[in-house]
Amino acid sequence: MSNIPVELKYAKSHEWARHNDDGTVTVGISDNAQDQLGDMVYVELPEAGQTVTAAEACAVVESVKAASDVYTPVSGEVVEVNEALSDAPEKVNQDAYGDGWLFRVQPSDASELDALMNGDAYAEFLAAEAH
Amino acid sequence: MPFIPHTEADVKDMLTAIGAAGIENLFDEIPAGLRIGNLHGVPDGLNEQEISHLMLERAERDGRPLCFLGAGAYDHHVPAAVWEITTRGEFYSAYTPYQAEASQGTLQLIYEYQTMMTGLTGLDVSNASLYDGASGLAEAVLMAIRGNRKSKSHRVLLPTTVHPHYRKTARTIVKNQGVELVELPYDPRGGNTLAAALKSWEGQDIAALVIQQPNFFGVLEEVDELTDWAHARGALVIGVANPTAMALLRPPGQWGTDGADIAIGEGQPLGVPLMAGGPYFGFMCCKQELVRQMPGRIVGRTIDRDGRAGFTLTLQAREQHIRRSKATSNICTNQGLLVTAATIYLSLLGAEGLKRVAQACHEQTRRLVAALTENECVEPVFDRPYFHETPLRLKVPVEGVVRALHAHNLLPGYLLGKEYPELGDALLVCATELRTDADIALYADHLNRVVAAQTRAGCPVQPKMA
Repeated sequence: MSNIPVELKYAKSHEWARHNDDGTVTVGISDNAQDQLGDMVYVELPEAGQTVTAAEACAVVESVKAASDVYTPVSGEVVEVNEALSDAPEKVNQDAYGDGWLFRVQPSDASELDALMNGDAYAEFLAAEAH
Repeated sequence: MPFIPHTEADVKDMLTAIGAAGIENLFDEIPAGLRIGNLHGVPDGLNEQEISHLMLERAERDGRPLCFLGAGAYDHHVPAAVWEITTRGEFYSAYTPYQAEASQGTLQLIYEYQTMMTGLTGLDVSNASLYDGASGLAEAVLMAIRGNRKSKSHRVLLPTTVHPHYRKTARTIVKNQGVELVELPYDPRGGNTLAAALKSWEGQDIAALVIQQPNFFGVLEEVDELTDWAHARGALVIGVANPTAMALLRPPGQWGTDGADIAIGEGQPLGVPLMAGGPYFGFMCCKQELVRQMPGRIVGRTIDRDGRAGFTLTLQAREQHIRRSKATSNICTNQGLLVTAATIYLSLLGAEGLKRVAQACHEQTRRLVAALTENECVEPVFDRPYFHETPLRLKVPVEGVVRALHAHNLLPGYLLGKEYPELGDALLVCATELRTDADIALYADHLNRVVAAQTRAGCPVQPKMA
């Protein structure tokens, strides 16, 4: 069973979103997603300052098996990207919810987060997907 | 396993296994209205005797003319060993094998090819080749747009000194992908792209600048200045290079302060004979940081679980069979056979040999220009240095001269007027290392007589020495 922190929000495309105290939203891919993809070899991130729209592909995670798009769960402006991943993409495998975060967005409409799943719903979604 | 596919018994077994009555039934799903029925205009097959006869007749019609025609494809000496080895059973396939890693020899050859091409272009990575130079340019344009994350525009500056066929091919391939190809004028005196022509793009968002070296006219571009101009404005640089010339000129990876980002070109000069327009092959190299944007196959060297060295296809996550519509390209193959020939050609010549070929080409072209311009009706169009071809202007109508020289079984050059009407009666002439001094003297002799005949017929030119 994969690790699904209950305090985070999840998208059907397997991204997680953390609403930070400063109002920004940190985005990464779920533990389940990193496990399915396998060993990460490269992460292509958006540019800081880039404007993104919810459900838009704005990053790519590439593993030994596949390269997958990462869709931002919220619209807004990218305020920071995890530069450390360019030299150490394996952080996504090792710590998907911590050091393996991808980018941080200043949301233009934080209510978009409400459309995402909570931890329990995501666990059910994964269980349903497995069947 | 014998490579004789589909005997009648095999076909019958397969049809029985899936419960189909005949091969025709496999196409039942296609509505009758969409089926083309008989192909009109496609004749019946010929037997071996008939096809041999036909091909010999066609080959003889070619006439093996004395060739001073370049313009993108070049008549170089190909050592006999190149195709003797290339056509051995072990190599004789035009294709990347599907079970790539089962063919270690093929992968090793491609790896060695890639190594040689990175050496030749001065860049970090090479792919396993593309279809030809022209489609290579289109792929490079798309790659530069993907790779240039600073640029929001899909605008690429494309000097008119780039091969006209390459420009047309690139346009055809990228036109429906929102790419804006902006043509840049050339200096009418030098035949090169002037930095001044770029002035109007100062401050605009540009994804990439294309530079061909030597350019379509054979003229050397100011690659350092152009490369630095583009980089200072956040644009990537795509170098279109002649592989023979790179043995003599500084390669794209060394242009300007930081070098071109992508180099592409036509690989035909490396061991591929001139043959009715192809098949040839395109090469493509780039800087390491762009490798994930590079289309096509890449062979890497690795070790197996027992620690033994081996070769493998690598970075396949970029490719169509894995990334589907998000792939870097729909190119999932390479020109394997021609790459084999090029690798053997380069191995046989070595760096020094290729340089000597390049020097000989340049020297023979200088002699050709000197010999032809002795005629007062013939003069160089441009005043800048060239590699192994350059345009000459005739003071008589050039089409008639070319027709008359064809009758002497001589290909005098490429008529520039069609693609560059402003150049008028201009002929792009080329001499490779294969053109001897006697060949050049013969060309000059024929040209003098043909021009004399035309001037007697009423040309306004007065002899200077009269």
